[in-house]
Amino acid sequence: RRDVLVLTPWLAPIVWEGTFNRDILNAQYMQKNLVTGVVTFAVKKYWFFIQGFMSSANKYFLAGHQVNFYLFTDNPEQISHLQMAPENHLFVIPVQNHSHWQDISVSRMDIIRRYIRSQFQYEVDYLYCIDIDVQLFEHIGVEIIDTLVATISPWQYTARRDSKSYETRTESQAAIPKGEGDFYYTESFYGGSVAEVYKLTRACFKGVMEDRENGIEARWHDESHLNRYLLYHKPTRLLSPEYYWDEEL
Amino acid sequence: RRQDVLTITPWLAPIIWEGTFNSEILDSAYRPLNLTIGVTAFAIGKYTRFVGRFLESAEEHFMKGYQVNYYIFTDNPETIPSVQLQPGRRFVIVPIKKYPSWQEISMRRMEAINKHIAETSHQEVDYLFCLDIDMVFYNSWGPETLGDIVAAIHPGYFNVPRSQFPYERRSSSAAYIPDGEGDFYYGGAVFGGLVKKVYEFTRTCHMTILTDKANEIMAAWQEESHLNRHFLSHKPSKVLSPEYLWDDRKPKPPEIHLIRFSTVDKNYKEIRD
Repeated sequence: RRDVLVLTPWLAPIVWEGTFNRDILNAQYMQKNLVTGVVTFAVKKYWFFIQGFMSSANKYFLAGHQVNFYLFTDNPEQISHLQMAPENHLFVIPVQNHSHWQDISVSRMDIIRRYIRSQFQYEVDYLYCIDIDVQLFEHIGVEIIDTLVATISPWQYTARRDSKSYETRTESQAAIPKGEGDFYYTESFYGGSVAEVYKLTRACFKGVMEDRENGIEARWHDESHLNRYLLYHKPTRLLSPEYYWDEEL
Repeated sequence: RRQDVLTITPWLAPIIWEGTFNSEILDSAYRPLNLTIGVTAFAIGKYTRFVGRFLESAEEHFMKGYQVNYYIFTDNPETIPSVQLQPGRRFVIVPIKKYPSWQEISMRRMEAINKHIAETSHQEVDYLFCLDIDMVFYNSWGPETLGDIVAAIHPGYFNVPRSQFPYERRSSSAAYIPDGEGDFYYGGAVFGGLVKKVYEFTRTCHMTILTDKANEIMAAWQEESHLNRHFLSHKPSKVLSPEYLWDDRKPKPPEIHLIRFSTVDKNYKEIRD
C-alpha cells in the first residue's frame, strides 16, 4: 500500500488491508496460546444490537481463536439464546441503568477497569472494548493484537490537525494543546494487553472525575479523554478506519 | 515518509529506514524508561585491532544519551585499547577461549553470548545488540532500533530475488531453507532485542549449530545461516534496513539515504590466519 500511511512516526504499524498476511500472523499467534476478551455494553435500547453484533462477531472476530465476550447489559432477560463458536465463551454481566447516556459512557471506563482487576486479568491476555452497535462484514483477525491498540476515527481520518475534535479548553483534563495531536481515535474500538487497557481506563476515568468536580464535561466525553491519554501514551499499533467504518460516510 | 521502499513486513514488523521515524518522539518515549542497552562484540586474535575505532564511533553515534554497556569478548585482554567513554557508559572485557578456525570462532559466538546473558548481562541490561567488531558507526543508531527481536537485512541481498539468497540449501543441515521459502536474508553481523529474547534465540541457534556438528556438516555461512533459519520460523518484531549493516565496498544505491554502521575494509586472508 503506497496510498496510505502504514507506519506512524513512532514506528507503530497502521493496519490496512494489503499491509499484512493473515496466515503468517496466525502462525505466529498460534504458537503463543493467547486468549482475547471483548468488552461490549448493551444498555437500555441498545439490547437491540446484541443479536447482530454477537452473530457477526462470532463469525468474523478472531475466527478460530479463543475469544471471551463480556456483555454488560441492564437487560439480561432480553438476551435470546446466542449460538457461540466452540472456542468462544459468552459472559453476561448485569449493570445498572443511568439517566444520561453520557453517564453510561463514562462510567464504562470505570466498570471495565474494575472488572479487569477483579476478573479479566485472570482470564484473558488481550482485551478489546468495542461498541455494540456495529456489525462485522469482514474478518478481523490477529493483526489487531498488540500492546496498546487504537482505531483511527473514520470521521476524522482526513481532517487537518486543528479541525480535529479534540477538547481544547484547558480547564478539562482531556485538553490537548493547540497544534498537538497525532490522530483522532474513536472510543468505539480500542484495546491491547490487559495491563495497558487497565492503565488507560483508569487514567480516563480519573480525568472524567476530575472534570466533574470542576463542573466541566469534555466535548466528546470519554473519547476526548481517550485521545488525550493516547497522545501521551502512544499506541503500539493503529487500526485504519477500515476497522470502524460508519455507513453514513 | 518513504514510498520507495518497503517499510513494514507482512507480519507488521516495521522496517527501519531514514524518513520512517521521528527521533524526538521516540526519545521522549524511551528516555524516561531509564534503559540500559548492552552491546556484545567479539575481538579474537587479530580482530582486536578494530576495537578502538568501533568504540570511538559508537561513543559518537550509538544510543546517545542512553546508558550503554559494551561487552568485548576477547582471548587477548591486554591488546584491548582503553577508550574514553561518556558518562553512563561502561566497558567490560569478557575473556574467552580462542578456537582453532575462524568459522568455529564465529559459530561459538551464539554459545558465548547465551552463557554471558545467563551469568551476567541479564541483570545489567534491558536490550542487547550483538554486533561484529570489524565495523564503524558513521551516523546515528538510536531507539528506533529497539524491539523484542531485531534483525538486520544483509546489504548484499536486499534488492535481490529470494532464489538468490545464500540460505543453506542442503536438507541434511538444521539450517536448511527450501527453495521458495524465506522472507529476507538477514546479516549475522547485527541482531538483538530484549535480553530475554536474545537469550532464547542464541540458545536455539547454538543447538542447531551443535546438531549440524554432530552430523558433520557446516552451514554455508556459519551462524548466519542458522540465524536465517531461526528468523524464518520466529519472525523478528523489527527489521533494520541495510543502513544499519552496510558494506563500504558496495556502491550506495538510491534507497540508502544514510549509512549508519558499516564494515571496515580489510584483508580477510591476512586477518583470519
